[in-house]
Amino acid sequence: MKRLLASREALLLLAIVIVLGIIASRFPAFITPNNLASVFNDTSPLILLAIGQMIVILTKCIDLSVAANLALTGMVVSLVNISVPDMPIILTMLIAIGFGTFLGMFNGVLVWKLDIPPIVVTLGTMTIFRGIIFLLTEGKWVNSHEMSDKFKAFPRAEILGMPVLSWIAIIVVILFMIIMSRTKLGRAFYAAGGNPHAATYAGINVGRTQFWAFTISGALAGLTGYLWVSRFAVAYVDVAAGFELTVVAACVIGGVSIMGGIGSVHGALLGALFLGIIANALPVVNISPFWQMAISGSAIIIAVVLNAQANRVKGRIILKRAEQAT
Amino acid sequence: MTQDNKFSIPDRLQSPLEQRLKSWESLLMLVAIAIFIANSFASPYFLNAWNLSDATFNFTEKAMIAFAMALLIISGEIDLSVASIIALASTAMGAAAQIGLGTESLILIGLTVGLICGATNGILVTRFGLPSIVVTIGTMSLFRGISFIILGDQAYRGYPQDFAYFGQGYVWWVISFEFVLFSILAVLYGIILHMTNFGRAVYAIGNNPTGALFSGIRVNRVKFILFLLTGLMSGVAAICLTSRLGSTRPSIAFGWELEIVTMVVLGGVNILGGSGSIPGVIIAAFVMGLVTFGLGLLNVPGIVMSIVIGALLISVIALPRLWSMWSR
Repeated sequence: MKRLLASREALLLLAIVIVLGIIASRFPAFITPNNLASVFNDTSPLILLAIGQMIVILTKCIDLSVAANLALTGMVVSLVNISVPDMPIILTMLIAIGFGTFLGMFNGVLVWKLDIPPIVVTLGTMTIFRGIIFLLTEGKWVNSHEMSDKFKAFPRAEILGMPVLSWIAIIVVILFMIIMSRTKLGRAFYAAGGNPHAATYAGINVGRTQFWAFTISGALAGLTGYLWVSRFAVAYVDVAAGFELTVVAACVIGGVSIMGGIGSVHGALLGALFLGIIANALPVVNISPFWQMAISGSAIIIAVVLNAQANRVKGRIILKRAEQAT
Repeated sequence: MTQDNKFSIPDRLQSPLEQRLKSWESLLMLVAIAIFIANSFASPYFLNAWNLSDATFNFTEKAMIAFAMALLIISGEIDLSVASIIALASTAMGAAAQIGLGTESLILIGLTVGLICGATNGILVTRFGLPSIVVTIGTMSLFRGISFIILGDQAYRGYPQDFAYFGQGYVWWVISFEFVLFSILAVLYGIILHMTNFGRAVYAIGNNPTGALFSGIRVNRVKFILFLLTGLMSGVAAICLTSRLGSTRPSIAFGWELEIVTMVVLGGVNILGGSGSIPGVIIAAFVMGLVTFGLGLLNVPGIVMSIVIGALLISVIALPRLWSMWSR
């Protein structure tokens, strides 16, 4: 019980409950199951991306190209949809996942085989991916009326009272909870980030593990690309511009250590939900949406300060004193 | 892993000339010259003093920040909040201009806001021992967020008349004030990094923070000063940019942080810290400015230029590595 309380996921859950409580005390309508479900649905894309990002960060990397990948894949499936309007949805999803995976693999190969720092690779591919969208479309938008009805209806279709978009997020969360805790690859992600040298001696190829992390992140970004574009029924160059940092923010708030090796699927989930709840609650409690950016910024800083306090190892204090003595 | 190479001793040392010719800076210089020549062939409007002078505005403001950022990255940290500091400083100056303050006060306010923001980052990183990439992603949202709270979808206009000089004024003929400031700062940062104890300390920290600490370098103080400098430079850039645009929106300089980091990395600074030089960053600034401007003259849209910049960023790092993989 004590350990449970000390974990950051539990603290974050507590924070979320408190925030919900405060909102509910003035606007009870916000916490009706219906509204919470729609908040969850709104946050689903962020959850999907945050899980991919969490895995990448676990391996001491960072993927700044997720939002650009999402936009490019979204545009590609929209263009495919224009030329083949009545393609089965399952095929569209496979194209989206496949294309996103390919883009993720491109990042991964550069990191694995050429040993280029991940932040440089993804900074570069981020601008390249967005540029490619422009080359594909010459800056034109793909608008709602150009997309087939089937293409647009899928993420909104309801199963058991919840939209498909939410169900996909739930399935992916469960899938990755299993992968991260029950498979060799999942453990390898933790090992490669927690202690790369030890991981190498234990027979884990750190570079290849990072490659798989980028591949997974790319696949999820691709999947989200289709869902995003069809949900908002529009595709253009600047879809989800700047969203990569929101995704990293969700991970940091969810207790994923940027130094690698620490983090969990439910942490990323809670981090994303925290940001999602705030984004949805602001208009309800009558605060201008312009506050959102500053609030999520503060949340990141508070989260990382708290995480660092919880992680403080006693061994470090010796060095601090030595420094002060000089 | 190529880590062992660091400790191996070559059979024959390269001659100083050979070393210099093979250096990153000369490679980059070649690229810059090639782009310059290609541009002058591609467009008849390129080799025009006024056009070239206009081209410098593409990079001077970013380069001012890039100098300080180079030092910061060499020391093993990074600051992603620079563009947001520009937004906040610009917003503060706009608010001050609105109540009728003069140019001197505006400059003072711009610089002070820059310093305060830099100090915030510095304290969070050095006092609390937090990773700078996360801290500055946070402050990036926070600083620009404050601008959004203050301005919303509005804009500040109506800066004093003489305030326009910093972004639009010319010192002599086609030499703009910004370009002069850029040159002075380039020399200044070159001296700081390459000729002072402080500069050596920056390299030492980047290569081995623990080793630097035990050799008597006040690691945290140096890092704090570097964050202050980066904040200050963002304030300076904010003054120039605001003066050039003549208006402030909260989305001002959006996405610049990544362009500035690209500029620094393109200039040969190791993103993991420990190596890099100011001449490299200067040439990289020119390369990026020339590419943007040359393509602009050819009516290539801005977003395509960003592909070129992105590809340049990856390939300048990938090519030498590919080369050494093949030649082995």
